[in-house]
Amino acid sequence: MIEFVNFYLIPAFTLGAIYALGAVGISMIFGILRFAHFAHGDVMTLGAYGTLTAVWLIPLPPLLLLPFGIALAIVATLAVDRMFYRPLRKLATIYTVISSFGVALIFRSLAQLFWGAQNEVYVPGVQRPLVFFDTIRVSALHIEAILIIIVIALTLHVFLTRSRLGRSMRAVSDEPELAAVSGLDTDRVIRWTWIIGASLAAIAGTLAGLDTDVHPNLGWNLLLPMFAASILGGIGKPMGALAGGMVIGLAEELSAYPWLGDGPLISPSYKTAVAFFIMVALLIFKPQGLFKGRLL
Amino acid sequence: MSALLSIRGLTAGYGGLPVIDGIDLDVAPRTVSVIIGPNGAGKSTLLKSVFALTRIEAGKIAFDDRDITGLATAELVPIGIAAVPQSRNVFTTLTVAENLDVGTYAAPPRDRRAVEERVLTLFPDLRAKLGQPAGTLSGGQRQMVAMGRALMSEPKLLLLDEPTAGLSPAYLERIFDLILGIRAVGVTILMVEQNARQALRIADRGHVLVNGRNFQSGTGMELLGDENVRRSFLGGGTA
Amino acid sequence: MELSGLAFYFVGFLIAGGIYAILCLALNIQWGMGGLFNAGIAGFFAVGAYASAIVTAASSNGKHLGGFALPVPLGLLAAALVAGITGWAVAKVCVRLKSDYLAMASIGIAEILRLVIVNEQWLTNGSLGIANIPRPFEGLVRGREADLLFMAVIWLIVIAVYVLCARLNNSPWGRTLRAIRDNEDSARAVGKDVEWFRLQTFVIGAALMGIAGALSASYFKFLSPAATEPLLVTFLVWVMLMAGGSGNPKGAIAGALLIWGIWSATEIFTNRLPGEWATRSSYVRMLLVGLLLQFVLQRYRQGLIPEKSPKLEFERK
Repeated sequence: MIEFVNFYLIPAFTLGAIYALGAVGISMIFGILRFAHFAHGDVMTLGAYGTLTAVWLIPLPPLLLLPFGIALAIVATLAVDRMFYRPLRKLATIYTVISSFGVALIFRSLAQLFWGAQNEVYVPGVQRPLVFFDTIRVSALHIEAILIIIVIALTLHVFLTRSRLGRSMRAVSDEPELAAVSGLDTDRVIRWTWIIGASLAAIAGTLAGLDTDVHPNLGWNLLLPMFAASILGGIGKPMGALAGGMVIGLAEELSAYPWLGDGPLISPSYKTAVAFFIMVALLIFKPQGLFKGRLL
Repeated sequence: MSALLSIRGLTAGYGGLPVIDGIDLDVAPRTVSVIIGPNGAGKSTLLKSVFALTRIEAGKIAFDDRDITGLATAELVPIGIAAVPQSRNVFTTLTVAENLDVGTYAAPPRDRRAVEERVLTLFPDLRAKLGQPAGTLSGGQRQMVAMGRALMSEPKLLLLDEPTAGLSPAYLERIFDLILGIRAVGVTILMVEQNARQALRIADRGHVLVNGRNFQSGTGMELLGDENVRRSFLGGGTA
Repeated sequence: MELSGLAFYFVGFLIAGGIYAILCLALNIQWGMGGLFNAGIAGFFAVGAYASAIVTAASSNGKHLGGFALPVPLGLLAAALVAGITGWAVAKVCVRLKSDYLAMASIGIAEILRLVIVNEQWLTNGSLGIANIPRPFEGLVRGREADLLFMAVIWLIVIAVYVLCARLNNSPWGRTLRAIRDNEDSARAVGKDVEWFRLQTFVIGAALMGIAGALSASYFKFLSPAATEPLLVTFLVWVMLMAGGSGNPKGAIAGALLIWGIWSATEIFTNRLPGEWATRSSYVRMLLVGLLLQFVLQRYRQGLIPEKSPKLEFERK
């Protein structure tokens, strides 16, 4: 039981938090800009490297240096939106999907070019876990990840339901034409969608880098589960995407637990497949997700 | 009295052939004007042109003695024009209260609460539904939310595109009553209506459009009494 | 010697270029005709390569499935079947949804196939790969001439696929697809089963991608999980099709040769750079592919050879 908590449940929450933070951005972008953002994983990668660079230069814990990763991710996404996505806005959105596919490659090769293809760690050495009740061993990172996700979930909820900008975002996601007829500043909503999506992606990327290590494929490898999470939560439902991310993270980690017999239920090498099959099942049976999101 | 909205020689469409061609139209303040005509006459296009949702090829639109021809939709809301599209006119996942609130963003009123209170006085049915997502409401209630959302920007001119489309006859009367209520608080209304006969009964002025051109104008009663209009556009019978 | 070295470099270029041309023609059926976005070309390519390698390779040393030593045409058939069925399964799920979902699912299936290929040793021999994969008409000629023969085979297949595409384009089937693409609603209104037609384009395209994979395995005579690398397959083929002009089979071939030419030329250049720079410059090449895609998307959506029928862009949904 304790082994289950220490080695499966708590890491699952961390993984879920990473997926959740990435999925929120994907879901918001899908809802407001109407396209699946294939470069979102690589935005995470850039965020992770932004934080890493700050760690090299400033002697502070990585999580305190998150603003650097966030800043890099925001600048990068606003730049590609301006240069690559916006000129295609009037066409069918599939062209923007293709464009984002190319942007994923651009981001990744930039990461390789500037930081190299090798694996990097934020803090060298093994981190000692914290021990509770003599049995529950939790690494500080896992506690931080769970705290971060709770704070962000609450903030996001208040932002979306109470603030003018948050409501505008939901309105544009709901009915873009009506939002324009109501005189909402759609460009501003789009800009903030990128800013929020990129910020959360950078946090997710840094957490993923802290959990294992930082490498140029960090985000690309997480893209599929994040897509699954955003569909699970319902497109255009950021809070749903948060929940979806946690569910996918739990499903992936817990599928490796030896529920039946001695071996893992599903071999850890097929973790990603769990997310894929959840996604396919959703597309077949419930494409609008669990929380009644949009079906675009 | 000078017109609140004045359209001269307006030719507009969606990039191809113009849908409306050389339309002239005046809307006096604090009146209800109805545009009627057969399908494809360009009624909705005319309304959309006022709200900068079409491509204007020629002509002029003046509002409140100001040329607004080239202005974008987002610039029209703050100067006092609001519109309710025919379909998909509420934000379905937002609550009724949030729908109303979104209406204030483009032109924030000085006293938001007072404006909301006025709107809820006009549409008392909405008061009990404020916390409910607009997507859960009936068609008629949605229409009220949509009009309420538009009124939250305190417009001088309200554009309505077929406000009774798809509504039951019972609701139809109700919506027309509400429109008179909106006029009573000083808002000018320009609307397109498929239910021409009922609409003309409440209208101060009616304009018949055919093939994208002005065909006939007059007071609502004049048009209802006009043999030609009655035969061609009101489906015969007596008024 | 120098000249023949150059000539054989050129033969190698045309073989790889021909395989890319098949991939590009296949993608053109899916995207240009069906309007379906396939982000997992590498997956269909790899599954075809492995299917063919398993049935045609002479020996598996008992370490993995295979050693059937069947003739190459049967290998191509197996490749087309397995890739086509995979494509059918993916498209069946997603074809009624917005094309973004198919993009996600196709990238997903490519990832799953990659995992299977890496992990299932009994099937694919894992990272050790499959060796001794035969080429068609092997043994007729020896040495470098064998490449020449293989090039001829490849281009015969390219021509066959091209003729097939051109035929399909002018057939009632192709006209229906164009009608669907230009106005989906009215095609639906006259009773066309839009999903079924789209599904067919995806399956045909996937099968052809499988054949391209099989030919590539034959060419290298060896197959390892590196074949599933999405960069060289999926990205390059998309850039090729966009540059060549989607909706037009001639454009697809031209785009394949042009982009493959640029890619190979930059490789010649970067290989001459000293160590560290050579590694870095390979990232620059990737960066350039990404930028090239953006460039053609914005400036040359119609490609080198635009489609003949008037309307090219899809209606905004």
